[in-house]
Amino acid sequence: MTSTSPSLSSDATRLVTPAMLVLWLVLATVPLWISRVGLYPYLGIEILIWSLYALAFNLVLGTAGLPSFGHGAYFGIGAYAFGLCQFNVAANLWVCLVAAFAVAGLAGALVALFISHRRGIYYAFMTIAFGQIFWTLAIKSHGITGGEDGLLKIARLPADFGVVTFDLADNVAFYYFVLVVFALAVVAMWRLTHSPYGRVVAAIKQSETRAAHLGYHVWLYKASIFTLSAAISGLAGGLFAMAQLAAFPDVMSLHQSGYVVMMTLVGGGLVSFWGPVVGVFVFLIARDVIGALTNAWMLYFGLLFIAIVLFRPEGIAGAVTAAFQKHSLIRRQGNSAMRLLFGAERWR
Amino acid sequence: MALIEAAGIHVRFGDRVVLESIDLAVPEGEFHGLMGPNGAGKTTFFNVLTGRVKPGRGSIRLGGKDVTGFSPHRIAAHGVARSFQIMTLFDEFSARENVTVGLPAFRARGFDMRHAAANDSGFAESAMAVLATVGLADKAAVRARDLPYGDRRALEIAVALAQSPRVLCLDEPTSGLGSDGVQRLAALVGRLKGKLTIVAIEHDMEFLFALADRISVIHWGQVVARGTPHELQQNEWVRRSNLGRFA
Repeated sequence: MTSTSPSLSSDATRLVTPAMLVLWLVLATVPLWISRVGLYPYLGIEILIWSLYALAFNLVLGTAGLPSFGHGAYFGIGAYAFGLCQFNVAANLWVCLVAAFAVAGLAGALVALFISHRRGIYYAFMTIAFGQIFWTLAIKSHGITGGEDGLLKIARLPADFGVVTFDLADNVAFYYFVLVVFALAVVAMWRLTHSPYGRVVAAIKQSETRAAHLGYHVWLYKASIFTLSAAISGLAGGLFAMAQLAAFPDVMSLHQSGYVVMMTLVGGGLVSFWGPVVGVFVFLIARDVIGALTNAWMLYFGLLFIAIVLFRPEGIAGAVTAAFQKHSLIRRQGNSAMRLLFGAERWR
Repeated sequence: MALIEAAGIHVRFGDRVVLESIDLAVPEGEFHGLMGPNGAGKTTFFNVLTGRVKPGRGSIRLGGKDVTGFSPHRIAAHGVARSFQIMTLFDEFSARENVTVGLPAFRARGFDMRHAAANDSGFAESAMAVLATVGLADKAAVRARDLPYGDRRALEIAVALAQSPRVLCLDEPTSGLGSDGVQRLAALVGRLKGKLTIVAIEHDMEFLFALADRISVIHWGQVVARGTPHELQQNEWVRRSNLGRFA
């Protein structure tokens, strides 16, 4: 069966797509009903922050095809940068969020310098090695990061817009603030993915050799997408520090880095922009719902992960897309048959 | 002055000498064929010419500029495009997108993150014009991986042509094609001949002898014979060798 490229869809030209509007509308209602279904508002905050982080991570894994398994480092660096900026530079929300974005981006750029000429398993190992270095530094640097105890007493700074200031101490207010940041970041990442830059990165994923012979500086594209991904992961980390009122080294550990990989793959990040968001929902809801029944919730999620890798490597989003395509194909074939039987006009 | 001047190209992989010393001068507009047995060093020489392999000794000049050791993307920026023996396409992209990514105008906006690529109708028009050249305009929206083999070969050439190159390097372009496919390709290359400088590695001697202005025979990492197809047919070494059967 021949198929057309999804990049030719009209959504690729839009800044804001119908899917985004639906998602934001649904997310905007979450504080109204989340408690009634036995969950809690903080879970909504976690889902948004992890979704932002997973989407940023997927710029590297899904869009660029680069296997980064130490991405928790940049999430953690963003969290520490937010806290340290608040304590030592300026207790201003915007300054601290910019610091989280910039410091994680700088760390990403530094790592990218060393790894961007690699690919495949060597690339993956290098990302793990650097991730472990940052994690060790966070644990050992007691005087700066608080060591294993973490950086405590990070405040949820108010969002000061000059004419009006919003207090974010309350979980619902903070949820809406994170939702706005998430929405802006989604628009930026969607546009980036469909921009000439994003298409070149996607081309490099498919063939570095061909891209190089078309005149693209492959190393520079790989380094820049990694840096951008690290920076946005850092922004998510900064929000996580606000959510937790602290920054801990465990978010930088290898197994925490593994979580975002699992979320992205289970959700279908390799084939869909929205896959990581789906994966975060499934992961965190599974953690809370199955976790309420048994401490071994990760065992069940691990089994789901294995099943998806074995039977649906394109993840949940990929499976849903395939089901829709199959459904529309059956409908088209059915309509063709009806046209043959009853004439064209009726079934047009 | 020749457009391509390769002088004394020597390449060694470990203790194995792959190219002993290759000299080649290709004037602008010439179709220059490279032939020789498997393992002779033809593809390695191609890789030196297009920046994939750095020579141990020797130099490559393009239009008088020394480009020895330049990386592939810098060589491409100097107007050298190539196709691959093992097809190297962006399989998840449509035929049109494959060509679009090759356009110099698209490359110039390669770091543009603010605009949607699909919004620029200029890219689409240019890409469609290139696809029409190779007869793929009606398959523009089909993913590269879903195209039949012959169309994929044509798309390989389209992607290279999209670069508006001065030099087109074709690595066994007829490889795997049936007789119809070879005829279509010969017609296409025939149309390009004279407009571009073409260097082609080819095992199909009928194809090469019909189209090439001059041919270099590479063996044991060096050029053992060179001339027009007619001259090569008279060449004693070529006549004695296995290659003479085809020539």
